Amino acid sequence: MEMILLTSPEKCIGCGTCELACSLFHNGECRPAISRVNVFRFDKGSNVPMMCFQCEEAACMAVCKTKALVRDEETGVVQVEEDKCIGCRMCVMACPFGNIAFDRVAKVAIKCNHCDGEPLCAEFCPTAAIEYVPADTATLNRKKTFSAKMKQALEEVK
Amino acid sequence: MAGWTETILRVNLTDGTVIKEALDMEAAKKYLGCRGLGVYYYMKEVKPGVDPLGPENNLIFATGVLTGTMGSSTGRYEVVTRAPLNGTLAGSNSGGYWGPELKYAGYDMVIFEGQSSKPVYLNIYNGTTELCDASDLWGKNVPDTTAALLAKHDPDAKVACIGPAGENKVLFANIMNDDHRAAGRSGVGAVMGSKNLKAVVVRGTKGVKIGDKDKFLAAVRASKKLLKENAVTSGGLPAFGTNVLVNILNSVGSLPTRNFRESHFETADKVGGESLAATRLHKNKACAYCSIGCGRVAWSEGKYAGEGEGPEYETVWCFGPDCGIDNIDVINKANFICNELGLDTITMGSTMAAAMELYETGAIGKDEVGHELKFGSEDALIALVEATAYRKGFGNELAEGSFRMASKFGHPEFSMTAKKQEMPAYDPRGIQGIGLNYATSNRGGCHVRGYTISPEILGLPEKLDQQSIVEKPAWVKGFQDLTAAVDSAGMCLFTTFALGAPAIAGEITGASGIEFTGDEVALAGERIYNLEKLYNLSVGYTKADDTLPARMFNDPISSGPMKGNVSRVPEMLPHYYEARGWDENGVPTPERLEALGLREFMTI
Repeated sequence: MEMILLTSPEKCIGCGTCELACSLFHNGECRPAISRVNVFRFDKGSNVPMMCFQCEEAACMAVCKTKALVRDEETGVVQVEEDKCIGCRMCVMACPFGNIAFDRVAKVAIKCNHCDGEPLCAEFCPTAAIEYVPADTATLNRKKTFSAKMKQALEEVK
Repeated sequence: MAGWTETILRVNLTDGTVIKEALDMEAAKKYLGCRGLGVYYYMKEVKPGVDPLGPENNLIFATGVLTGTMGSSTGRYEVVTRAPLNGTLAGSNSGGYWGPELKYAGYDMVIFEGQSSKPVYLNIYNGTTELCDASDLWGKNVPDTTAALLAKHDPDAKVACIGPAGENKVLFANIMNDDHRAAGRSGVGAVMGSKNLKAVVVRGTKGVKIGDKDKFLAAVRASKKLLKENAVTSGGLPAFGTNVLVNILNSVGSLPTRNFRESHFETADKVGGESLAATRLHKNKACAYCSIGCGRVAWSEGKYAGEGEGPEYETVWCFGPDCGIDNIDVINKANFICNELGLDTITMGSTMAAAMELYETGAIGKDEVGHELKFGSEDALIALVEATAYRKGFGNELAEGSFRMASKFGHPEFSMTAKKQEMPAYDPRGIQGIGLNYATSNRGGCHVRGYTISPEILGLPEKLDQQSIVEKPAWVKGFQDLTAAVDSAGMCLFTTFALGAPAIAGEITGASGIEFTGDEVALAGERIYNLEKLYNLSVGYTKADDTLPARMFNDPISSGPMKGNVSRVPEMLPHYYEARGWDENGVPTPERLEALGLREFMTI
């Protein structure tokens, strides 16, 4: 089943636990600077977690000359095949969101791969601002949640 | 080794040198970090009794083994130095993001020695460090200083700094980090000001190594479950912040009101966390790696309009009920001003309350104060908070704290202090255990050295009768020791509503790769507590100082559910000493010190 990481910035409290969960899973250390997910904190308590959207028309894949970026057709996740990566960083330049980076120690491109199917960022997010949900129903559930708010609003104006 | 970075920075401000040193790993294992390790280094290096505002006093910023790891609420660091407010060894703990950033830059601790001849700040970028001229920052408030430094350096850097209060050596000036979080109490900001050190900027892109990833993740998962199931850490604190306590404490008749003359505030509900959430709250906010998120992003309106974070419960209490004020906009504004100018809100508010009592009894008048200062004087409170940071007019008296101020005007009994530091927002006549904790706290009046409110009021881990005294000495000791360990590990104290020593030990074991049991963690806490006690003894504090203001013994609570009660600290104190293995004068016995591994400090 295709799963997605669904973010709800309005729920994010800016703790940054996702950054450590990510770096711990991928690199074995707690290191926000190498995390595939980052939280950006704005004024009035607004926070936005950012990670790869696994784009359908992925710019990173399109520019990769060695085909090191490959989509897993079953999960929809764009993976880095490290032995094919030559470290040219074209993908880093191409991603319009800044969601792919380069590990200067391992000398390969790094991006979110859903922790191979059990993303720790979602597991450890204390407020469910990052959720790992089936792609088919993710937006439906969000619609459902919002519809409840609309129902309440409509009742208030009755 | 994992958990610790194993490197510290030593900065000599007199000669402008910055050197890197290896961390004493034997000490790190015994004292964990933050508070414990800071106290250990301080006592090894600085002789007792130095002038807190002189060049001989060291100022230590220390992180813990868990700081910056994915453990529970691990955004903490501690400032350790001799306190100008009362001469104890200050350990002022703060959250936010600064502490983890120091570890990502590769350091467990920064020790500042000496005194700079001109204003400077320290800039740390991973392995690169430089002392920079701070002349153009001197005089700036906290947000302006922070913004200027982030504009000049990496915008993702973290800044800890003092405001005008620290520069002017207000005896309860704090150190602010990340704009809104405070190493609040005991005047650590005045020490920073005395050293002409305006700020510490840090940016780190390295990581904290984890000793046993699987064990660590298992421990963190277990803690996360406990924090999620706990009504305080997953319900009350995220929804209403610490200010959820106003109505709770009022309902149990232990909300000190009008400088502790009463213990029940008739309009408390107007300033409680529920009101704040309903009318003045943008959103809650977490410090680094915290699932609780008790922080408030709030505002104030009308002629007191402002924006900022907080207020915490103790802040609401001291500017609110303790000053006879029930206007949330005044309280929020006073809190924002304290954060911007770098003042500890608890001592500020309680000193203001003492001044109001001096005014109402005629000991001071409008000539001295420049304002009418009866209880409930809102405009005067706002004006005088600002004046305190700049030591202007009567602000210069307030800047000394309530003990010196009230003594100067002939009424030391109006100072609601233990060891010259103001007691927080829980009436020791209404809640017996917290009174014993205030009286015996190593840094003087303080709730976060042994928060027995948890069992006495909140019923965690079990409910104790707030007036009973028999079991309290053992509980106070247990809470003081566990708190010392939690502070030292780099976790937030608030995790202890849900987590006990075994859970904390599990996280430390996973992070460091060194096996710690719950008992060993508690023992480390007891070791740290005893070491701080040895410092207090070395600077002349005695059993006679393990007490509370006379009002707590002589004036029973006048109204509300706890009417008629006084503090019973004198009855509990001998049992507390006994529980600690101290002699009848409150001095740790050689046997106890030996058992705690403190032999090297026996002779001080």
